[in-house]
Amino acid sequence: MTGAHPLLSVRDLTKSYGTRRGCADVAFDLWPGEVMGIVGESGSGKSTLLGCLAGHIPPDTGRVVFDTRAEGPRDVLAMAEPERRMLARTDWAFVHQNPRDGLRMGVSAGGNVGERLMAVGARHYGQIRAQAVDWLGRVEIAADRIDDKPRQFSGGMQQRLQIARNLVTGPRLVFMDEPTGGLDVSVQARLLDLLRGLVRQMGLSAVIVTHDLAVVRLLADRLMVMKDGLVVEQGLTDQVLDDPQHPYTQLLVSSVLQA
Amino acid sequence: MSDYNFAYLDEATKRMIRRAILKAVAVPGYQVPFASREMPMPYGWGTGGVQLTAACLTPEDRLKVIDQGADDTTNAVSIRKFFQRTAGVAVTERTREATIIQTRHRIPEAPLTEGQILVYQVPIPEPLRFLEPRETETRRMHALAEYGLMHVKLYEDIARNGEIATAYAYPVKVQGRYVMDPSPIPKFDNPKLSDCAALQLFGAGREQRIYALPPHTQVVSLDFDDHPFVAAKAPHACDLCGDAASYLDEVITDDAGGRMFVCSDTDHCATHRATGHAGRLGGTEGAAA
Repeated sequence: MTGAHPLLSVRDLTKSYGTRRGCADVAFDLWPGEVMGIVGESGSGKSTLLGCLAGHIPPDTGRVVFDTRAEGPRDVLAMAEPERRMLARTDWAFVHQNPRDGLRMGVSAGGNVGERLMAVGARHYGQIRAQAVDWLGRVEIAADRIDDKPRQFSGGMQQRLQIARNLVTGPRLVFMDEPTGGLDVSVQARLLDLLRGLVRQMGLSAVIVTHDLAVVRLLADRLMVMKDGLVVEQGLTDQVLDDPQHPYTQLLVSSVLQA
Repeated sequence: MSDYNFAYLDEATKRMIRRAILKAVAVPGYQVPFASREMPMPYGWGTGGVQLTAACLTPEDRLKVIDQGADDTTNAVSIRKFFQRTAGVAVTERTREATIIQTRHRIPEAPLTEGQILVYQVPIPEPLRFLEPRETETRRMHALAEYGLMHVKLYEDIARNGEIATAYAYPVKVQGRYVMDPSPIPKFDNPKLSDCAALQLFGAGREQRIYALPPHTQVVSLDFDDHPFVAAKAPHACDLCGDAASYLDEVITDDAGGRMFVCSDTDHCATHRATGHAGRLGGTEGAAA
């Protein structure tokens, strides 16, 4: 809509755990409709970075400027907590690697999807339920499972439910932490297909953290490679994967098993 | 008459509790922490309520204690005797004559008046406890007025039972701000919380929390637009006094499925019968009771 500003603009983001580096001097711009992948090995600072962006972990220094609907670009880190939490349940979404972290396991699927609606003021049971049914359909969960609890679902279904729960309020920015981790390849493929469809349909911007290069090749427009808390290479996904410049990226790309 | 300080607690403790009460009255529905004392009764028997009553009592007060509406059950009788012995105050079973009423799980049927104090015994003051077990998180949710989760509970009720099945401890919103657990009163009593002329104090001894509703506070029971709040009761009239509008207890009378419905508020039932009303069994069991 605005077009003039990036949706998310990150500068000098640093977070250390004592003397150990979580991530350091990260800077990038994310434009509306763009999907950014972050890859790197375990412990490279991917999840720390994502946590800092989403406001779960307070960074030591840096700025995270988000282009809000009402007031244009605002520094998220300088916002008051009520504002930031409001943002987190309206314009933002966070898909956890483990659905247990992102779902309420004791609450039915419909209640899980409806929670964000009720949190922003929906007070009509029939309408909440209709939207829950609609979203379960969009993520390929049968409507007759609406009153089942997530613990009765398979891993893939739980992950799809988590996505429905997050997207029901029509967010503009989605953070995903290893969304396909722990799923078998055929389920992964369908989930990726679904995600790609939703991202394109809704014009979502997304930041996806993963160690799976196939996932970023399918989903991401741009790619950032991290090692030891530092960004060692960034660029268009195809460019980085087909012509890696940094020795670590070269190692990463050559380590992928060819089926 | 007794070797106890007036109303059992020492003056410093009463002062601490009164400070918590003042804060609770100033912020209706907000749970104020206080240094709950050991009382000569087990947790769950009204230690929070007893401490509030002790802090509010003056020698001129007239105390009434009810348990599930009744003046003559163990909990009510023992707390009443406790204050008779430790404070020497006058006691009554009549709602209208009492200045302080300590209650467990009911609001009296007779309308309360200005100058009265209603003290509730609260087992679990946190309405969000079973939805979000972390106290750090629920406090933050109260601070930021993030109450979407409360409606998730009601949503689950409707999804599972076709209606809001929560029958007691039904969550309310106080003065458009704090969501509060009204203690396990039946939801039939919820409308009486709102715009009540008396001061209402809630004490949770084990959980160390005090909260309050000052007189004439607006209290709204949470609901959905298409599933509005209903103050439910058993669809019968009292078998003793014949009142069809009061809250009823169901009493099993034999092994053959026999049952009777009686007012849970014993004072209300007696008053109603004294004015010449009688229910289905009013002539027989009524006389014995």
